[in-house]
Amino acid sequence: MKIHEYQGKELLKAAKVPVPLSKVVFNASEVRAAAAALIESTGNEIVVVKSQIHAGGRGKGRFKEHPELGGVKVVKGADAAAEVAAKMLGSTLVTVQTGPEGKVVNRLLLEQGVDIARELYLAATLDRATGRVTVMASTEGGMEIEEVAEAHPEKILRESIDPAVGLVPYQARKLAFGLGLDVTVASKFGKFLTALTSAYEKLDCALLEVNPLVITKQGDVIALDAKINFDDNALYRHPDIELLRDADEEDAAELEAKKYDLSYVNLDGTIGCMVNGAGLAMATMDIIKYFGAEPSNFLDVGGGATADKVTAAFKIITADPALRGILVNIFGGIMKCDVIAQGVIAAVKEVGLKVPLVVRLEGTNVEAGKKMLEESGLPITTGSSLRDAAQKIVELTK
Amino acid sequence: MSVLVDKNTRLVVQGITGKTGMFHAAQSLAYYGTQVVAGVTPGKGGTTVLDMVPVFDTVADAVTKAGANASVIFVPPPFAADAIMEAVDAGVPLIVCITEGIPVTDMVKVKRMMEGCSSRLIGPNCPGIITPNQCRIGIMPGYIHQPGRVGVVSRSGTLTYEAVHQLTTLGLGQTTAIGIGGDPVNGTNFVDCLELFNEDPATEGIVMIGEIGGSAEEDGAAFIKAHVKKPVVGFIAGTTAPPGKRMGHAGAIISGGKGTAEAKLEALRDAGVAIAETPSDIGQTMARVLK
Repeated sequence: MKIHEYQGKELLKAAKVPVPLSKVVFNASEVRAAAAALIESTGNEIVVVKSQIHAGGRGKGRFKEHPELGGVKVVKGADAAAEVAAKMLGSTLVTVQTGPEGKVVNRLLLEQGVDIARELYLAATLDRATGRVTVMASTEGGMEIEEVAEAHPEKILRESIDPAVGLVPYQARKLAFGLGLDVTVASKFGKFLTALTSAYEKLDCALLEVNPLVITKQGDVIALDAKINFDDNALYRHPDIELLRDADEEDAAELEAKKYDLSYVNLDGTIGCMVNGAGLAMATMDIIKYFGAEPSNFLDVGGGATADKVTAAFKIITADPALRGILVNIFGGIMKCDVIAQGVIAAVKEVGLKVPLVVRLEGTNVEAGKKMLEESGLPITTGSSLRDAAQKIVELTK
Repeated sequence: MSVLVDKNTRLVVQGITGKTGMFHAAQSLAYYGTQVVAGVTPGKGGTTVLDMVPVFDTVADAVTKAGANASVIFVPPPFAADAIMEAVDAGVPLIVCITEGIPVTDMVKVKRMMEGCSSRLIGPNCPGIITPNQCRIGIMPGYIHQPGRVGVVSRSGTLTYEAVHQLTTLGLGQTTAIGIGGDPVNGTNFVDCLELFNEDPATEGIVMIGEIGGSAEEDGAAFIKAHVKKPVVGFIAGTTAPPGKRMGHAGAIISGGKGTAEAKLEALRDAGVAIAETPSDIGQTMARVLK
């Protein structure tokens, strides 16, 4: 799960990680007063107006409605902030990560201007190879870490955290001196990193990225940006974080699927897939592509799906306007083929069938399942193997 | 021959009184007499389930009183890491965790706790391990398996069934099939299984099924290149998966350009692995390379 920058900064602040003073606004009418209050408390007329969307590259992104305006703007005074904010709110921001359709900006963060001496990169994430959290730091603040890793892998410093002892001060010192910080700043950096890594663990993060991490001219260490992704498996113990979810940022079909505990990802193709098991679901998408078509979704109905769940899944798939055919691929283990057949038949009767449907059943109770499909009298094509089924659905939708 | 489990394996089911645990304990008992010697549910020690399986309060009791030497875990995610660590502490040599949805932070601690211990963990978020006609540990449909010549190791459950089914249909069968699970932090990995199958005299060929995310397949490919003399057939799921999206399994995600199917396929090809073009070709590809 992802959250907005301002939400991330609120969590960091609560975890004693230094962040700039700021205020989030949802309406243009709030901006002038909020900016004035911010200027009053900092004594600095510079205000940074930052678009809040779940995508990176905001600074270099451009608004469709205002091609001259980027997603992050530094202004002087409350009036200027209000003027810029009025243009940003409700407009569509296109960045390298949003795709050409862009994302509508509904929230802005007004932030104090900071006197920047140096911009660094700092992040904590899981290193799957070691099964431990790793801290990555780099002098190349503001750049995408993937680009740094590609061009200058030696500029990325790493420290692996032993979960039995947590971050040890010497690790922070190694990073600080590696980044060329002087001893006073290094000490502040150590406190910053200790707070950051304990927040990572306490909040069950999957990624906690501060880019840039700023050393101010006054020698303070501040998180100028914050990107936090959470481990979905751990959300059950963080109901407060679950509340930070912004439905506008998530795919409507994916949210609907979540209600039924279905694992669903919306894709750009035309062939809907319903499969049991994540690996088989991916493999089914791949074989559709292999035969020359594109899948319109990833859908794992799970191991213990009921007929009701299958019906719900079917409805979500058929709601896609680009849909031209459906492939159901089930390898029944614990999941019984007759239950799937029952769910598919009920769904077709309820929502109708406007596109070709190919069903491939294998495994537990396969004969009963096939018989039910045949006797239903519905226009369902059966596939004898995954290959056969994929070829048939691609052929039928050409 | 087989690896890790056979007819002498003595299984304890952690969470046996739950619906899933009970169902699969019964399925295992019915599968060629897999020895389910104990169950564990705290507070239900002293009772008996499925007519013959004694239930204990702790895994330690199941080991000392019932002689369990393997454990399978059907415990909900919030308690699963605890269950694994209890089995490690009891000295169970083989621990198979089926549970899906364990927080990563918990598994990081489990992995650290297991350092230097002799226990082996398979999973979590996996279908388990089976040696056909001898021992079934997990949730796979037993009847699709057949004793035979091929070792199977996979990150995915139903995709394993797909491969196993093809091998059985073609009469190649399996020595042992191992599901290592789809989580980012897990126990046994491709390299461990490849090593076991490479040393097992009955295993003539190996099927390795990976998916997007992480670099376990690349590590496996490097091991194959350096050590494995037997033919290996590979398949990687997720060629069409978009970056940045978690595809069902917690570990199946391409992030920062890392963990793509293309990179994994390239590493496998470079190691001399025969790639199955589609998931339907895994069995046929093995039949071809075994000739």
